[in-house]
Amino acid sequence: MNNKEIKMMTPMTIFLIAVMAAGGVVAIYRLIFGLGASTNLNDIWPWGFWIGFDVLGGVAMAAGGFVIAGTVYILNWKKYKPIVRPAILNAFFGYALAATSIFFDIGQSFRIWHPMVMWQVNSIMFIVAIHVVLYTTTLAVEASPMILEKLRMTGAYRFVNKIMAPIVLFGVLLSTLHQSSLGAVYLIIPSKLSPLWYSSRLPYLFLVSAVMLALSMVSFETILSSRIFRHKVPFDVITGLAKGSLVVAALYFVLKVWDLASGPGIGAAFTGGFSANMYLLEMVVGVVMPLILLSMAKFRTALNSIFAVNILVIVGIVLNRLNVGIFGLAEYAGRLGADYFPSLMELILTAAMIAFAFFGFKVSAKYLNLFPGTEH
Amino acid sequence: MSMNRRDFLKTAAAGGGMLLASQAVPVGAAMPKELPPEAIGMLYDATLCIGCKSCMVNCKKYNSVSRGALSSEQNIATPPYEFSTPEKIWDDPHDLSGKTLNIIKVVKNGTAVNKDAAENGYSFVKQHCLHCITPACVSACPVAALQKDPKNGVVFYLENRCIGCRYCQLACPFRIPKYEFEKASPQVRKCQLCHHRYEEGKFSACCEFCPTGASIFGKVVDLRSEAQKRLTLKPGSEYDFPVQTVGSKEKSRRIVSKYINHVYGMKEAGGTQYLLLAGVPFELLGFDKNISEQVLNDLTWTYISKIPAVIATILIGGAATWAITKGRHKDKEE
Ligand code: SF4
Ligand code: SF4
Ligand code: SF4
Repeated sequence: MNNKEIKMMTPMTIFLIAVMAAGGVVAIYRLIFGLGASTNLNDIWPWGFWIGFDVLGGVAMAAGGFVIAGTVYILNWKKYKPIVRPAILNAFFGYALAATSIFFDIGQSFRIWHPMVMWQVNSIMFIVAIHVVLYTTTLAVEASPMILEKLRMTGAYRFVNKIMAPIVLFGVLLSTLHQSSLGAVYLIIPSKLSPLWYSSRLPYLFLVSAVMLALSMVSFETILSSRIFRHKVPFDVITGLAKGSLVVAALYFVLKVWDLASGPGIGAAFTGGFSANMYLLEMVVGVVMPLILLSMAKFRTALNSIFAVNILVIVGIVLNRLNVGIFGLAEYAGRLGADYFPSLMELILTAAMIAFAFFGFKVSAKYLNLFPGTEH
Repeated sequence: MSMNRRDFLKTAAAGGGMLLASQAVPVGAAMPKELPPEAIGMLYDATLCIGCKSCMVNCKKYNSVSRGALSSEQNIATPPYEFSTPEKIWDDPHDLSGKTLNIIKVVKNGTAVNKDAAENGYSFVKQHCLHCITPACVSACPVAALQKDPKNGVVFYLENRCIGCRYCQLACPFRIPKYEFEKASPQVRKCQLCHHRYEEGKFSACCEFCPTGASIFGKVVDLRSEAQKRLTLKPGSEYDFPVQTVGSKEKSRRIVSKYINHVYGMKEAGGTQYLLLAGVPFELLGFDKNISEQVLNDLTWTYISKIPAVIATILIGGAATWAITKGRHKDKEE
């Protein structure tokens, strides 16, 4: 079986391959000449774009996997079954992106396995590392039926499907801990991270915003792939996701405002400084505008407006991760006279990861039965 | 040889235990918050410092040796001097770096004529690792490449464990760990209180080579009482300041200057084994005013200690949800 509607050799594919090739060159350069030669990182900015975008953003964008899998297999909400496969695949690519970036970001890439044997349970980084490994493995198992079915390994296929519920539950557990622990990474820097973002509630905020992003990401991808790969959009699924987004966005909004009020005060967001403006941008784009649009039935039930809201949420929540990981440290680093902007090589490697995710998704859509039950 | 189940379990447990003992650090508890029993450290008195930088030069020299904190093939051949003038006459770093573990800085105000005065004055300050009692860097390191000696409290580094994630750099409130970004196989560099010199009966090079007694080495309890005592001295009176070590017989008789009434490192970030005295506020000397008395590891431990409960809740709650919703949607299943 192979989806005849999807053409492989399009200009888009060639572009994706070119970007991946450029990324490959950068990756080799980075391994041979080190971080100093390839990035703009320095002692005051030890973490940059690869952590802020690829890891924090990539993992948040991958949250669709556990949210949808949990909805279908734990809540037994079968309406969402048609989108569970692309959601899991998307999560797998998100984690692959994060793990690959970590490999290139750490100074001793080939010791990436060390946390698995050298446990240090006080370290959030250790918790994060364990979860990346366990959850990527779990995702591979969750995705395996697509491959097994293709290979006609019916016995194994049935077996994995039979144990799917416990596997998904394990995945939900790992994701809950992983999404929140990425926020917990920053708990140890109260003197460095701007009070606009620093909060003891960071783990909760990361978790809730990841769920919010998950719904938009899955919806975005379903609409987009239905256009590109020309299959029918399960419309009630899209509107259902939009309704879910509304609920989670409302919860997240309340949490964020409460957090700001009990921290530096609401006024801190309106001082007009760089950090304050970044905070407002993140909130207006990612939370306030989506909330306003989704609260109107007219926009909540139309494909185009839902698509627009999805883009707002994705941009806004990814911006939140960049704020926590990068911009929120700008004031502190600025006081010390240090500056950071990603180097061209940092940007190319990240672009290559994104290209890989798109390319991988396209290949999967062509050769695997990604959208069962939505054949045209 | 036959092996019954019990023996097998025993052997397996021993094997597992060995694996753990070889790699993992004791797990399952938050880090201690008390001063280790034989804690050693340093006291720096800025009012005694003449800015000769003897400590910097000798720190670099005596750590660019095998097992030293700057050890590397290249550094052992030539210590990693940093030149900022084209003549390359002297080691002149501007900040701590992968090549510099200890730095003397001068902080000036206005006309800068009065030593140890905040207004129209200047002060020296010596920066290096503070050997925190509950170090954020140790708490952050995922592979225990940074560890705190349970007896003497020295915070040391094991380069072969380090994966180079640089979380220690982010976590340390004092910005101490530095990374060799320029190298293809980089290490974290920081003062390790010269612990490679203790076996030979020696102590911190920076204290050994300090001519005025501005930097002294010793047991933290003794350093604390020495520091507290100096705060009670009358400015303008004479005092015999010990040189090199806190209990040293060698003294340097000097006029007592006016101190800020604070021993830095008693409480900051939960307390440190490096203590400082100065005539100007520590904030002006580059110590971040946002650093509180909070033990930083507590902030992450609150999260980590909840994990077992989260696991139980999700597994039980999830299984229950699955069982309840399974029947309800049966009709819709294919
Ligand atoms: S000062 Fe920084 S590097 Fe030194 S022990 Fe404390 S946290 Fe670690
Ligand atoms: S860079 Fe090395 S020493 Fe620092 S936290 Fe990471 S693994 Fe530990
Ligand atoms: S104790 Fe040793 S490593 Fe630390 S600053 Fe002094 S001389 Fe340098």
